[in-house]
Amino acid sequence: MSMIFGVPLAVLSGQLLIGIINGAFYALLSLGLAVIFGLLKIINFAHGAMYMLGAMVTVLMFDALGVNYWVALFLAPLVVGAFGVLIEYFLLRRIAGQDHIYSLLLTFGAALIIQGVLVNIFGVSGLRYTMPDMFKGGVNLGFMFLPYYRAWVIVAALVVCFGTWFVIEKTKLGSYLRAGTEDSQLMQGFGINVPLLISLTYGFGVALAAFAGVLAAPIYSVTPVMGSSILIVVFAVVVIGGMGSIGGAIITGILMGVIEGLTKTFYPPASSAVIFLVMVLVLMFRPSGLFGKEA
Amino acid sequence: MNQPVNSADIHKAIVEQQAAQDRRKMILNGVLLVFLLAAPFMMYPVFLMKILCFSLFAVAFNLLFGFTGLLSFGHAAFLATGGYTTGYLLSNYSGLTTEMGILAGTLASTVLGLGFALLSIRRQGIYFAMVTLALAQLVFFFFVQSPFTGGEDGMHGIPRGELFGLISLDDNMNMYYFVLAVFIGCYLLVQRVVSSPYGQVLKSIKQNEARAVSLGYNVDRYKVLAFVISAALAGLAGSMKSVVFQLASLNDAHWHMSGEVILMTLVGGMGTLLGPVVGATFVVNVEYQLSQGPLRDWVDPILGGIFVLTVLAFRSGIVGELQKFVKKNLG
Repeated sequence: MSMIFGVPLAVLSGQLLIGIINGAFYALLSLGLAVIFGLLKIINFAHGAMYMLGAMVTVLMFDALGVNYWVALFLAPLVVGAFGVLIEYFLLRRIAGQDHIYSLLLTFGAALIIQGVLVNIFGVSGLRYTMPDMFKGGVNLGFMFLPYYRAWVIVAALVVCFGTWFVIEKTKLGSYLRAGTEDSQLMQGFGINVPLLISLTYGFGVALAAFAGVLAAPIYSVTPVMGSSILIVVFAVVVIGGMGSIGGAIITGILMGVIEGLTKTFYPPASSAVIFLVMVLVLMFRPSGLFGKEA
Repeated sequence: MNQPVNSADIHKAIVEQQAAQDRRKMILNGVLLVFLLAAPFMMYPVFLMKILCFSLFAVAFNLLFGFTGLLSFGHAAFLATGGYTTGYLLSNYSGLTTEMGILAGTLASTVLGLGFALLSIRRQGIYFAMVTLALAQLVFFFFVQSPFTGGEDGMHGIPRGELFGLISLDDNMNMYYFVLAVFIGCYLLVQRVVSSPYGQVLKSIKQNEARAVSLGYNVDRYKVLAFVISAALAGLAGSMKSVVFQLASLNDAHWHMSGEVILMTLVGGMGTLLGPVVGATFVVNVEYQLSQGPLRDWVDPILGGIFVLTVLAFRSGIVGELQKFVKKNLG
C-alpha cells in the first residue's frame, strides 16, 4: 500500500475527507455568524443552539410525523429561522441602540435557556436518525471509499455557501441589506422596511445554522449539547477568517476542517486545539484575520 | 438649577454631597465588615468561602469589564490556572507552605494573563471577547490533555496545609479568616486602583478610547496592565478555591465559567465596586438553593433567564439600580 510521510494513503485521504466534511459544517456555521455580524453587528452566541435545534427538529419531525429528510431540509431551517425572527423581534430589538456586547450576552443567555430546556426533556445522550435509503453505500474512488452521504454534504454546503455569498454581494436584495445596515434612516426614507429586513436577516443567518444541523443529523449524534462545543471552534474560524468577510468565512471554514483532519492523522493529541493555535498565529501576524479589512 | 448661583456655592454643594456619599460608604463598609467577621458563626464557613472566592473572581473580572470596558470571555482560564498550579504544587511538594502555593498559582495566571493580553489587546469590543474565548479554549484543551490535572476526574485531595507553616488551615475557621483577609486586601487594592489616576485613565478609555489616545495616553499599555492585574486576581481566586475545596477540576476551565463570572458581574452591577460581590453572592446562592430543590435540573436555563432579564431590563445591575435610587431620593 502506498504511504505518504509514513501514513497509508487510504488513512490520509480518509482523514482528509472527514476534514473537508467538518470544514463544510464550519463554513456553513461561520457563514451564518458572518452574515449576522456583518449586517447586524450582533455576535450570535445562540448560533450553536440553532444548529442543534435544526438537527433536533429534523429528528423529532421524523419520529412524530414521519417527515422525510428532503422535506426536513427545507422545513427545519424554516421553523428554526422563524424562531430566530421571534428572538430578534422580542429580545434583540429591545437592545438595538446599546453596546454590541449586550447582544452577545443576550444571545448567550438565550442559548443557555434553549439548551438547558432541551437537556431536561431529552437528556444528553444522542437521539438516533436513520440515513435516507438513497444515501446508503458509497463509491470506491480507487484510493479511498467515498460514502454517498458525505459527498452530498460537501456539495450541499458548497452550493448554499456560494448562493448566500452571491445574494449578499451581487444582487439588489444584498445591496439593500448592506445599505440598510450602513444607514438605516436613509433606507427608511427610501421606503424600505429596515426593521423587517433586520428580522429576516437574523432569521436567515439562523436558518443557515439549522440547515447545517439537518445535514449533521444522519452522521453526528444528535444531542441538546451538540452545538455548544462546535460554537467555540466556529468563533475561532471567524476570527481567523476576518470578522466581516463572508467569502472569508467560507474559505477559512473548509481550510480549518482540512487542517484539523491532517492534524488528526499526524499528531492526534493536538487535533482539537490546532484551530485555536492557528488563530493565535493569525492574531500575531495578521490581527484583522486572513480576509478581514478593518484594522 | 434655574436660579442664578455662584461657583463657590456649587463647589460647596459638591463637597458636601461628596462628604455625605463618603459617610454612607463608610457606614456601609463598616456594617459589611462586621457581618463578614461574624458570618462563620451563623453560617457554614465553606459556603461563605465559596462566595468569597467567586466574589474575588468577579471583582477581578469587573476591573477589566466594568472599569476598562473590555469584555473578556476567557477568565475561566485564569481561575483554572491558579487552581491547578496551586493544587499541583501543594500536592507534590510537601515542604511548601500554603501561602507559597497560592502565590505560585497567582503568578502562573499573571504570566498567562500577560500572554492573553498581548495577543488580544489590539482587538476591540466583541472581537476581543471572541479572541479571549478562543484563547481560553486552548488553555482548556491543554488541561484536558495534561496528565497532571487528572483530566476529566480533576485533582483531588489537595492538602490545605499550614499558613506560614504555623496555622493549620484544616480548621474551617482559620481557613475562613485567611480567605477573608485576602479578599479584603484584594478588594481594597482594586478600590485603590480604580480611584487612582491610573484608574481614571482606564475609565476614560472605556468612555472614549479615541479621545484617550488623542490626549496622549498609550492606551494599549494601560489596557494590558489592567488585564494582567485582573488575571492575577482571578488566578488568586482560583488558587484559594482549590485550597478551600481541596479540589481543582475542568469545570473551572470550561467556558461556562467565563460566562458565569460575566453573569455575576452584570447582575450585581458592572462598573461598581460592590456590584460583583453582590452578584457573586446572588448567583452562588441561587445555584445552591436550586440544587437543593425540585428545580435542581433547571439551574442552567434559570441562569440563562436571569441573564436575558438583566440585559433587557436591569443593565446597571442590583448595586447600580440601588445607587440610582439612592442618588434620586437622598441626593
